[in-house]
Amino acid sequence: MDIRSQISMVFHLDKCIGCHTCSIACKNVWTDRKGAEYMWWNNVETKPGTGFPTKWEDQEAYRGGWEVADGKLRLKSSGKGNYLKRIFYQPNMPTLEEYYEPWTYDYENLFNAPEGDDQPTARPVSKITGEYMEVESGPNWDDDLGGSPLYARNDPNLKALTEEQQLQLLSIEQLVMFYLPRICNHCLNPSCVASCPSGALYKRGEDGIVLVNQEVCRGWRFCVSACPYKKVFYNWNTGKSEKCILCYPRVETGQAPACFHSCVGRIRYMGVILYDADKIADAGLRPDSELVEAHREMILDPHDPAVIEAAHRAGISDAVVKSAQQSPVYKFVKEWGLALAPHPEYRTFPMLFYVPALAPVTATQTDGLLANDVENLFGAIDDARTPMAYLASLFSAGQEGPVRYAMKKQMAVRLWRRALTVGDIEVDVARRALREANCSPEEAEEIYKMTSLPTFEDRFVIPPSHREQAIEVLKNPLENKGLAGIGFREAPERGL
Amino acid sequence: MANGFLNTFLFVGLPYMALAIAIAVGILRFRSRPFSYSSLSSQFLENEQLFWGSNLFHWGLGWVLGGHLVGLLIPRTVLWWNANPLRLFVLESTALIGALLALFGVSALMVRRFYNKRVVAVTTPMDRILLTLLLIQILTGIDTALRYRWGSSWYASAAVPYLRSLLLFAPRPEFIVSLPWGPKLHMVSGFLVILAIPFTRLVHFLVVPIWYLWRKPQVVIWNRRTGARS
Ligand code: SF4
Ligand code: SF4
Repeated sequence: MDIRSQISMVFHLDKCIGCHTCSIACKNVWTDRKGAEYMWWNNVETKPGTGFPTKWEDQEAYRGGWEVADGKLRLKSSGKGNYLKRIFYQPNMPTLEEYYEPWTYDYENLFNAPEGDDQPTARPVSKITGEYMEVESGPNWDDDLGGSPLYARNDPNLKALTEEQQLQLLSIEQLVMFYLPRICNHCLNPSCVASCPSGALYKRGEDGIVLVNQEVCRGWRFCVSACPYKKVFYNWNTGKSEKCILCYPRVETGQAPACFHSCVGRIRYMGVILYDADKIADAGLRPDSELVEAHREMILDPHDPAVIEAAHRAGISDAVVKSAQQSPVYKFVKEWGLALAPHPEYRTFPMLFYVPALAPVTATQTDGLLANDVENLFGAIDDARTPMAYLASLFSAGQEGPVRYAMKKQMAVRLWRRALTVGDIEVDVARRALREANCSPEEAEEIYKMTSLPTFEDRFVIPPSHREQAIEVLKNPLENKGLAGIGFREAPERGL
Repeated sequence: MANGFLNTFLFVGLPYMALAIAIAVGILRFRSRPFSYSSLSSQFLENEQLFWGSNLFHWGLGWVLGGHLVGLLIPRTVLWWNANPLRLFVLESTALIGALLALFGVSALMVRRFYNKRVVAVTTPMDRILLTLLLIQILTGIDTALRYRWGSSWYASAAVPYLRSLLLFAPRPEFIVSLPWGPKLHMVSGFLVILAIPFTRLVHFLVVPIWYLWRKPQVVIWNRRTGARS
């Protein structure tokens, strides 16, 4: 057993209101720079939709993630053998067209235009060439366009649906959409790290955050192709790749990352989990149908004395173990089985989990009268506008079981709370629903509290990272009292 | 006399200067500004012309450069091989094909770099100088290949002893001073390319990570275990 700790995340999709506050918080802190304007380390996309960059889920085109070949796990994009072949030209790399050309506006014209018959306008100006341009796409270009022929219709997940289901999903009466906020998943088996020939990408041992060492990156761009979630971005100005750093300077000081902290819908949870790194290799080889399970199996019970004992032996501090015991992520993923990782079939084992959005049809309208359908308790789930097959394609490698389980439980908790607070559902009926969803009333209360009423401290349980101890290994704190920091000692300027 | 001085400068002074500066500045740059070591790829901004330009240039040049290296190591074998006219023809023409591919590649790269607006936005003066140098280098090489049927034998019998004498710090330019100006220009521009390495993006070829072939797939760095990797 090789126990490690990993900062992990849960996004509760039913709560996301699509406000993009998270994206803006991140942009302002990290990517408001030349070469990084087009990057959205955090983006919120509308599903069904093509996402950002366009159709990132289409691994036939981008070849991200891992695949099993001859009983071995190997990068879909580039094996070691042919990496020299791809170093001159990356055949599957998304380019500016798949993101968008960043622009600003010629605001000065509003002030300086000569007097004339027409109002002056501020034309868009490319942030790359500095010339006037036509804006053809931009951040969140497909925002709220669920059902649109251009975006929703081309969602790669629609492949999992029958033709009939697809048409239904796009017909105006049936339109459905939900938001999918995305950041780097800080995967357990990151294909970005494995693909970088320079070894510039690495996973931090203590908390599992995946970073790009800017001084080692040489701009070979393998990681951009290899990340199936397209969360490594190429800075066209500095010639280096960049990615979400999970706001590690904040996390190290006990603060939630900017996107978490600012989330208006309070959909985001963060906590540490303990996992067995020895299991990664085998888990990666399991068939698609077992991936959700294999992923969960890697996560260890932080209350188990044997696990605690092994964690101590592995040098994981008491404080981290305690934090793992209170981790909301552990509850959502392991205890309640509510949260699922995106596209487990990419086999990177993402450590960002999603509670699938319910979007149920709980009442039907007949002759202008609304009627709640209590008889068929979970009928609403299968009648839900987002077809189960779609969610399964997104969150469980096509297996409807885990998604249905999560949906049923959410539905049961709703019925339970409705019975208690509104009272138009009988408590006995609600109890039956809970039983069928494999949920006790106590668990239902816990889920309800964690979903609806969590405080800041409930949502973000961030373990101390003891950087002060880490620093002592590298530098004598007394000798280096006046030190300004350990970051860049040269300006990150483009080389010759 | 003046000619003798020029020869000494171009074929003794220049190569040593170029090599010394390339090594010293290269190391200095690596140590003081590691961030500046990058291939500075512009594929993100333009990737259609790059497909032809970069692939043909790198493969063509790799082919030809590899040939030069083999010649440097085993000149006698090259001479023996060339003793038969048919074999000479085979060697010269395969080398020429590599050079023509590189020529096509570098031209595509130049067109792209000078005329594609997005790529121009990330082009430095050193990029322009470097591409021009490389073009001259390839053109003078092709010129030698086309005009002198014995180019590869000359290389093995004259240039190689000269290059070896340079590497052994006993320079003997007399091996090559009597060659025509074409091959000599080829050598001089070669030295200039070496000189340009630490001042341009050429540094990226010094850091091609071959060790990747032996590395474990995952890289984990522990803060508390000082850089230990597992
Ligand atoms: S999601 Fe993050 S950690 Fe996972 S492969 Fe992509 S960049 Fe790497
Ligand atoms: S801030 Fe929160 S609620 Fe708003 S879009 Fe982002 S994740 Fe959704």
